[in-house]
Amino acid sequence: MDSALLMHRLHFAFTVTFHYLFPQLTMGLAPLMVVLKTMALRRNDETYNKAARFWARIFGINFVIGVVTGIPLEFQFGTNWSHFSRFAGGVIGQTLAMEGMFAFFLESAFLGLFLYGEKRLSPRAHWWSAVAVFLGSWLSGYFIVATDAWMQYPVGYARAADGSVQLSSFWALVLNRWAWWQYAHNMSGAAITGAFAMVSIGAFYLLWGKYAEYGRIFIKTGVMAGCIFSLLQLFPTGDRQGRLIARYQPVTLAAMEALFTSGPGAPLVIIGQPNVEERKIDNPILVPKMLSFLTYQRWEADVRGLDAFPQELWPQNISLLYYSYHIMVGLGTIFIAIMVISLFLLWCGKLFNARWMLWILMLSLPFPYIANTAGWMTAELGRQPWLVYGLFRTADGYSKTVSPGNAMFTLLGFMGMYTVLGILFLFLVRREIENGPDLDSAVHGQVTSR
Amino acid sequence: METLWFIIVAVMLTAYVVLDGFDLGAGVIYPFIARTSDDRRRVLRAIGPVWDGNEVWLLAAGGTLYFAFPQLYASGFSGFYLPLMMVLWLLMLRGIGIEFRTHMEHPVWQGFFDAVFSLSSVLLTIFFGAALGNVVRGVPLRQDGYFFEPLWTNFKLGTHPGILDWYTVMAGLVALVTLTAHGALYVAIKTEGELSARARSVAVVAWPVQFFLTCVSLVATYFACHRMFYNYGRHPVGLVVPVLVFGSLAVMVLATPKGKEKLAFIASSLYIAGMLVGAVFGLYPLVLPASTDPAYSLTIYNSAAGHHGLVVGFAWWILGAALTLAYFIFIYRIFRGKVKLEGEGY
Ligand code: HDD
Ligand code: HEM
Ligand code: HEM
Repeated sequence: MDSALLMHRLHFAFTVTFHYLFPQLTMGLAPLMVVLKTMALRRNDETYNKAARFWARIFGINFVIGVVTGIPLEFQFGTNWSHFSRFAGGVIGQTLAMEGMFAFFLESAFLGLFLYGEKRLSPRAHWWSAVAVFLGSWLSGYFIVATDAWMQYPVGYARAADGSVQLSSFWALVLNRWAWWQYAHNMSGAAITGAFAMVSIGAFYLLWGKYAEYGRIFIKTGVMAGCIFSLLQLFPTGDRQGRLIARYQPVTLAAMEALFTSGPGAPLVIIGQPNVEERKIDNPILVPKMLSFLTYQRWEADVRGLDAFPQELWPQNISLLYYSYHIMVGLGTIFIAIMVISLFLLWCGKLFNARWMLWILMLSLPFPYIANTAGWMTAELGRQPWLVYGLFRTADGYSKTVSPGNAMFTLLGFMGMYTVLGILFLFLVRREIENGPDLDSAVHGQVTSR
Repeated sequence: METLWFIIVAVMLTAYVVLDGFDLGAGVIYPFIARTSDDRRRVLRAIGPVWDGNEVWLLAAGGTLYFAFPQLYASGFSGFYLPLMMVLWLLMLRGIGIEFRTHMEHPVWQGFFDAVFSLSSVLLTIFFGAALGNVVRGVPLRQDGYFFEPLWTNFKLGTHPGILDWYTVMAGLVALVTLTAHGALYVAIKTEGELSARARSVAVVAWPVQFFLTCVSLVATYFACHRMFYNYGRHPVGLVVPVLVFGSLAVMVLATPKGKEKLAFIASSLYIAGMLVGAVFGLYPLVLPASTDPAYSLTIYNSAAGHHGLVVGFAWWILGAALTLAYFIFIYRIFRGKVKLEGEGY
C-alpha cells in the first residue's frame, strides 16, 4: 500500500477508535442517569440523587475527553480525506452538519445546565436537563451512524457533472435502512458499556464493603439494563445487520467468516485461524451448515465464499477482519451469559453475597469496550477496499497535498496527546470512584456542585 | 442559494467569534487579573457552564461549511494542514485545562492547568486572527483547486506566501487584542469587587491598542489586497460597516470607564461582528482567493454543493437555528447574574 494512504488510514483509525471509547460510555450512561433521576423524583429519595450526581461527575470527565477527541475527527475529513470530502461532501455534509445543529448544541447546552445548574433549577427541571442530555447524545449517535451507514450502503444520491455525488433524496439518506439497524445495534452496544460500568463499580463497592447501599443500586440498575441490551445485541439487531451484509456486501460476509470456498451447507467457524495464503482455516472447530442457516434460514442454502469474487474486491486484511468479528460475537455471547446469571441471582436475592460473581462483574468492565471497538473494526475493515461502498475507493480519498511525513508527524502528535489524556482520565475517574457517591459538594471543595 | 449559504456560514462564524471570543479572552487575562485562588475559581465558574456550548458554534460552522461548500472545506483544510492540527491540539489542551483544573486539588497541578488554559487561549486567538488574514490575503491555489502552505517563508507577501507573513501576523495581533478586551468586559460583568475592577482596567488599557491596530489593519489591507475594497465601491451600503466598527469603538471607550460594562460588551460584540462582516463583504463572492492566478480562486459558485441539497438543508437549518437560539437564551438566563462561589448561593 502506498505510504501516504497507509498513514492517513492509520491516522483516522487511531483517532476515531480512541474517540469512540468515550461516547460509548456517554451514550450508555445517559439513559441510566435518567433512570436514577426518575427514581429520585418518584421515591423522593436523596440516595438516588446522590447516585445520579456521582455518575454525573464521571459522565462529565468522560464527556470532556469525548468532546476534545471528537473535534479532530470532524476536521480530519477535510485535512486528511479532502478528496473524499470533495467527492461525498454534498451528501454526508448533510448528516454531519445536522449533527452539529441538532445534537451537539442540545447536548452541550444542557450538560452545562445538568452539571452546574442543580441549585438553580427545580428537581423537575433538573430531571428535564438529564433527559435533554440523553436525547442529545442519542441523536448525535444517529447522525454519525447515518453517515457511516451511507458509506456502507449509499442511497439518495445522484452523480454530478464533475464526478462528485450530490444529494437527491433527503429522506432516503436520513431513513437509510442500513442506518436503522446499525444504529439500533450500536446504541445497544453503548448501553451495554454503560450497564457494565455501573455494575462493575457497584461490585467494587460491595467487595470493598464501603458505600454498599449505592453498590446495590448500581448493580440492580446495571444488571437489568445489561440483560435487556445484551439480548437485543444478538437478536434482532446483530442478526439483522448480518443479513444486510449477506445481501449487500456478500464478499465482506465471506471474509468475516473466512469462508474461502462457495457451496451449499456452509459451516460456521467457531474457532480457527484463517490462513489467507493457502486459503483455508487452520485447526478449525466447525458447526456444519450453521452459516447457511444463519444467513438464509435454510440448512442447505448456497453461500458464496471468497472464491466467488475477484481478489481485488476482497477486503485487504482478512485475518484482522475475521478476528475482530469473532471477538465481538464471542464476547456478545459471554455478556449474555454473565447478565442472565446475574439477573437470576438477583432475583433469588443471592447476588449481593455471591462474591465470585461480584468479582466477575467487577473485572468485566473492559470487555464491552473491546467488543464495541472490534465491532467497528469489522464494519470498517469489511468495507475495504471501498470508502463508499461500490462508488469510491479508499485509495482515492486521502489528501494528496499532505505528504506522508506530515501525516505521520501529526499521527505521532495525536498518539502522544491521547496517551496523556488517557492517563489523566483514568487518574481522575479512579479518584471519583474512591471518593464515592456520598461526597457532598461542599466537602468536595473544588468540585462545586458537580 | 449559494449567497444565502455564504451568509449563513458567515453568521455562524461570527457567532462563534463573539461567543467563544469572550471565554478565549477570559483565558488571556486570567493570569493577570485572577490573583487569588478564589478569583481564579470565579473566572472559571463564569465560563464553565457555557464554553463548550460556545465552542460548538465552531463545530457547527465547520459542519455547515462542509455541507454547503465541500470543495472549499476540502481545499482549505488540507492546505492549512499543519496550523489546523495545532489549533486542534490547542483546543484540546484548553478544554482539559478548564475542566480538569477543578478536579485537581493540588496547587502545583492547578498552577499547571492554569498555565495551559491561558497559554492555549492566547495562541488560539492569534491563530484565528492569522487564519482570517490568510483567507483575506489569498493562498497559492493550483489549478486543481488544492494548495499547501508552509508555516512561514520570508514573512513577505507574494504569490507563494507562508501561513505567517507580516499581514497575517498583524491580523493575529488584532484578534488577540480585540478578544482580550472582549473577555475582560465579560469577566467584569460576571464578577464583583476588585476582580471586576481589574478586568475593567484591562479593557481600558486595551482600547487604545485596539483602536491603533484597527487603523493599521485597514491601511495594511488596502496595500496588501486591493480587491477587498472593490465591493465597497460597487455597493456603497457596505460603508455602514466602517461606521459600525468605529462607532462601537467609540461606545466602548465611553462606556467602559463609567462601569457600564454591559453596554461596552455589546459594543465590543458589534465591533467584532463589524470587522468580520467587513472582511466577508469585501471577499464576496470569493471564499478563498488565489494568490497565484485569480482564475483559480474558489468562489461560492465553484465550491458549493448541489442545488437540491442546499435547498433541503435550508429547511432543517432554520429549525436547528431556532432551537439553538432558544437553548442559548434559556441557558444564559439561568446563569445570569454575578458568579458566586458555593456557600455564597450560586
Ligand atoms: C458491546 C458491543 C457489541 C456486541 C456484544 C456485539 N456487537 Fe456487533 N457491533 C458492535 C458492537 C457489538 C458495534 C460496535 O456497535 C458495531 C460496529 C458497527 C455497528 O454498527 O455496530 C457492530 C457491528 C456488527 C455487524 C456489522 C459489521 C459490518 O457492518 O460489517 C454485525 C453483522 C454484527 N455486529 C453482529 C453481531 C452479532 C451477531 C453479535 C452477537 C452477539 C454482536 N454483533 C455482538
Ligand atoms: C467509532 C467507531 C469507529 C471506529 C472504531 C472506526 C474504525 C476505523 C478503522 C479501524 C479504520 C481503518 C480501516 C482500514 O485501515 O482499513 C477506519 C477508517 C475510516 N472510517 Fe471508521 N470507524 C468508526 C466510525 C466511523 C464513522 C462513524 C465514520 C463516518 C462518519 C467513519 C469513517 C471512516 C473513514 C473516512 C475512514 C478512512 C478510510 C478507510 O480507511 O476506510 N468511521 N475507521
Ligand atoms: C467519524 C466519526 C466521528 C466524528 C466526525 C465525530 C465528531 C464528534 C465531535 C466533533 C464531537 C464533539 C462534540 C461537542 O463539542 O459537544 C463528538 C462527540 C461525540 N460523538 Fe463523535 N464523532 C465520530 C464518531 C462517533 C461515533 C461513531 C459516535 C457514536 C455512535 C459518536 C458519538 C458522539 C457523542 C455521543 C459525542 C458527545 C460527546 C461525548 O460525550 O463524547 N461519535 N463527536
